[in-house]
Amino acid sequence: MRVVVDYDLCESNAVCMGIAPEIFEVRDDDFLYVLNETPPESERAKVEEAVQRCPKQAISIED
Amino acid sequence: MDNEHTTVVVGASLAGMHAARTLRTEGHAGRIVVLDADPHTPYDKPPLSKQVLSEGWPAEKLTLPAATEDLDLELRLGVRATGLDLDRQVVSVEEGDDVSFDTLVLATGASARWIPGTQGVEGVHVVRSLDDAMTLRAELEKGPSRVVVVGAGFIGAEVAASARGLDLDVTLIEALPVPLERVLGREMGEVCARVHQEHGVDVRLGVGVDHFDTEPTAGGGSKVTAVVLADGTSVPCEVVVVGIGVSVNTGWLEGSGLTLDDGVVCDETLLAAPGVVACGDIARYPSARFGQMLRVEHWEHAIQGGEAAARRLVADARGEAPARFDPVPWFWSDQYDRKIQLAGRPAPDDEVRVVHGSTEELRFVALYGREGRTVGVLGMNRPRHVVQLRRLVEEGASFDIALERAAEL
Repeated sequence: MRVVVDYDLCESNAVCMGIAPEIFEVRDDDFLYVLNETPPESERAKVEEAVQRCPKQAISIED
Repeated sequence: MDNEHTTVVVGASLAGMHAARTLRTEGHAGRIVVLDADPHTPYDKPPLSKQVLSEGWPAEKLTLPAATEDLDLELRLGVRATGLDLDRQVVSVEEGDDVSFDTLVLATGASARWIPGTQGVEGVHVVRSLDDAMTLRAELEKGPSRVVVVGAGFIGAEVAASARGLDLDVTLIEALPVPLERVLGREMGEVCARVHQEHGVDVRLGVGVDHFDTEPTAGGGSKVTAVVLADGTSVPCEVVVVGIGVSVNTGWLEGSGLTLDDGVVCDETLLAAPGVVACGDIARYPSARFGQMLRVEHWEHAIQGGEAAARRLVADARGEAPARFDPVPWFWSDQYDRKIQLAGRPAPDDEVRVVHGSTEELRFVALYGREGRTVGVLGMNRPRHVVQLRRLVEEGASFDIALERAAEL
């Protein structure tokens, strides 16, 4: 599983960070950083929740 | 919810579509019929007051993911529900046969309120639906001499910001002395007003609208030429956008036997009647967390409510105990280059403490405390802090501990 963020869409609402802080981090520069682009399968449910909850539909999963 | 089981979802916006999606992903095998009066492919609404107006986003960019996923939904768009018969288990619609259901999801949302007598006057707009936003955008593109926004709530504020982004002259009118005071308190409401003043908006606070001046059009109608305020001041303009709140779309449920009280009254699991759940803007439910009945109009709340409502029905079918629905409400609002985020349910008389940044630089995070508990967090361009401090609201942390934790971030 690979986490892909479309940074043209991302508006740093930090919703993903609230769901999976070990994968997504919005820093003080207001930009989103993906801490782990290839998280283990055990994290899939969380990443899928982040995909669904992103207000900008900026996150996707590539298998 | 086997092959013979039909669920009807009334409302194909965020809450309804997430309810339908969750039903399917949770194993609902039978028909899922989704009705909506709006004829457009189900779409996301936050961009309507922002990117659609200021950047000209096309409708395709707003399509909700659940509308294109392979979920085997029977989407019936442009179909208005007009009544509900719980005994016969049917929804009646404006044109065509009644729609039968075994279980039902109510998600008809809310409609923008108009100033009485102004609907249909050329140049006067609300922003709630895709058609609303597209119509307004077309008018803004003509370069009106001035846009008057009535109501400095979040929709009004976003429309004002979008119009300024198009370099149009904007007057923002708010009947209250401080905008958003009931939501954010006086101090933070004043900060929000300042954002507009600093971007060249003519902000008029504490004065209501008396009437609109109009002139006849060639087509036999009328068009707006000025907004006249309660103090007699006239603001000439070609476009007016009214953002004075919404009313819930529950008229079609009157006489159904459901309890209606500014929304569909549900229990703490979003159940409104046996086999009937409600979610999104129309659901009014008891929140143990906040000790009151809540009806929340926020974006993520609609997703969470849709999912919870679907799971409520699934739990019934499986004979499982239903889960309580009681998340901490939160929302965001983008205005100019500012992102305002609020989590929790502050009240005007809560204690407010800025814990990072400053209101002067319009980049800060503030905590709200009530009776020693943390009840809200507000951020302006501080998304990381808001997300991290939201946990403290979820935990109902003491205000002193929250202040300490905030200092460590």
